[in-house]
Amino acid sequence: MEALIAVVIGVLTAGGVFLALRGQTFPVVLGLTLLSYAVNLFLFIMGRLAIGVPPVISAAAEAYTDPLPQALVLTAIVISFGMTSFVIVLALKARGELGNDHVDGLQHEEDRNR
Amino acid sequence: MSGFMHLPILPVVLPLFAGILLLALRNRSLALQRGVSLLATLALVPLALVLIGTASDGTHLVYKLGNWIAPYGIVLVADRLAAWMLLTTALLAVFALSYAVRGIDTQGRHFHVLFQLQLFGLNGAFLTGDLFNLFVFFEILLLASYGLLLHGGGRLRVKAGLHYVVINLVGSTLFLFAVGTLYGVTGTLNMADLAVKLAATPAEHAALVQSAALLLFGVFALKAALLPLYLWLPAAYAHTSAPVAALFAIMTKVGAYSILRVYSLIAGDSAGPLTRLLDAWLAPLALVTLVLGMLGVIASTALRQQAAYLVVVSIGSLLLAFGLGSTEALAAGLYYLPHTTFASAALFLLADAIGRARGELADRFESGPAMPGARVMGGLFFVVAVALAGLPPLSGFLGKFMLLKAALDSPLLIWVWSIVLITGLLGVIALARSGSLLFYRTHTAHDPASLVRPTTCTLAPVAGLLLLVIGMTIWAGPVSDYAAGTAAQLRSPQRYIDAVLGTASGPAEGRASVSVRLAGAAP
Repeated sequence: MEALIAVVIGVLTAGGVFLALRGQTFPVVLGLTLLSYAVNLFLFIMGRLAIGVPPVISAAAEAYTDPLPQALVLTAIVISFGMTSFVIVLALKARGELGNDHVDGLQHEEDRNR
Repeated sequence: MSGFMHLPILPVVLPLFAGILLLALRNRSLALQRGVSLLATLALVPLALVLIGTASDGTHLVYKLGNWIAPYGIVLVADRLAAWMLLTTALLAVFALSYAVRGIDTQGRHFHVLFQLQLFGLNGAFLTGDLFNLFVFFEILLLASYGLLLHGGGRLRVKAGLHYVVINLVGSTLFLFAVGTLYGVTGTLNMADLAVKLAATPAEHAALVQSAALLLFGVFALKAALLPLYLWLPAAYAHTSAPVAALFAIMTKVGAYSILRVYSLIAGDSAGPLTRLLDAWLAPLALVTLVLGMLGVIASTALRQQAAYLVVVSIGSLLLAFGLGSTEALAAGLYYLPHTTFASAALFLLADAIGRARGELADRFESGPAMPGARVMGGLFFVVAVALAGLPPLSGFLGKFMLLKAALDSPLLIWVWSIVLITGLLGVIALARSGSLLFYRTHTAHDPASLVRPTTCTLAPVAGLLLLVIGMTIWAGPVSDYAAGTAAQLRSPQRYIDAVLGTASGPAEGRASVSVRLAGAAP
């Protein structure tokens, strides 16, 4: 279980880094999203993996899982959601202002030399 | 005393409520919005002064949110360093805002709301004693800064803004990875508790906490624009509006502050596997930042670009002082911090006024028409240049002198002296060249009507910031005493830890009981 989650986080991060290094804004946004998924999962499992145990006090519970990472990950999800929507709007605005979707605002090789 | 009880939270909630109020007032008259915004910003100055007065005897004012005891709840801690940063921010914000209300705030929507939320994020970041809370305040100040940076729009601004946003989003992700790792190992996020737990890290986790701590350092270095992570800064600062760039003079200092706060606690003299972790990194990187920043200053083709590179230079000097690690060097850095913040902000504002007075040429370094009001602006430029280049008699010189003196017993002595002095000389040359090009190599304007004569009101904020710099020079004694006291306080983190965890009476016994309680609560 731990190994599987670790591999998933690794793949998400690798994909995120790869996409974030692309030249077009859309893959960059997707890459940032994947990175935020990876980090959310990572934060979540920092409370250790446990199956079927409650995070808050319950009379029937024999053991508890750490509730703090769950609270942290909620905060992190909200923030990354807000940031993603902002960066999408910004990418659209950049597309409108710069006339193309390259992160540097240059589409062709000849533009670059200008 | 009951009034003082809620004192540490006031600098955080005041801008928040002002921001919300301004959002509600968005359709009312501009004068009302400006008045509310200015009033809320001005009110931060006496608040910060009261906090400085309270903290100056060495107390750590600990504010438990929701009265949850540390380390379970989130605490705000107002100590000498936090109060110092709050005062610097408040003074800077007053002058930046008084420049913005001359018309720049009408170039887009919600300027004042974003400005107040920016202050909310900044003040929160300076006061919080919790690592995850620091992340949240970072996000608040970043999101407000994205809005402010792009305020007014325009091609170059959007392009620079996109880079700034993307790199900071990556930085936030790394911040969470680092925080997650530290929590996974120690089970706490309270910085004081973290310091206690990390000092007792078992050997098998040493590499893990070291990598997390260095990752966190990478994030703070990105915010502070330390080499090699400074490339986002010049374009972003040079292309945004002047008052925003002036306010952003404090933004890089947030990174420097975080390095100081977090690593003085978790990587001090007796911190287990993290003991003096940054010694190998901070000072050498700061020296190279200093060199590359100064090369950027020389190569700049416009005054605002030059001002942006001077921010990189100032962060190099600042982190060099923090990186040398001795109490004297820390004191020099803390004295230098407000000085460089005010002086860089003054240059950004002045560059905007100069750009307006030169018509189409703006602030580019090209021989142009004689400016209307050149004498006043030239005089101000001279004072700013003296301050930023670190020449006597202004506080920049005193800060550098203290830094060089503190470096005398450092192993990096030769490097520090040669690099600081040579970059200082290059700075003088670059600023002298800019000044003579802008003010002397001029010709009579063909169309004088197109040039905007700066009004007294436009230049007043610049003069105000310079008066602060001059004040720091005249009252250098008390100011550097405060800085020295702050440095000494930072060098003895145990008192911070005791104040936060309430273990002041019997440190060893109290700490043991805290860790027992936590172990009981651990999953």
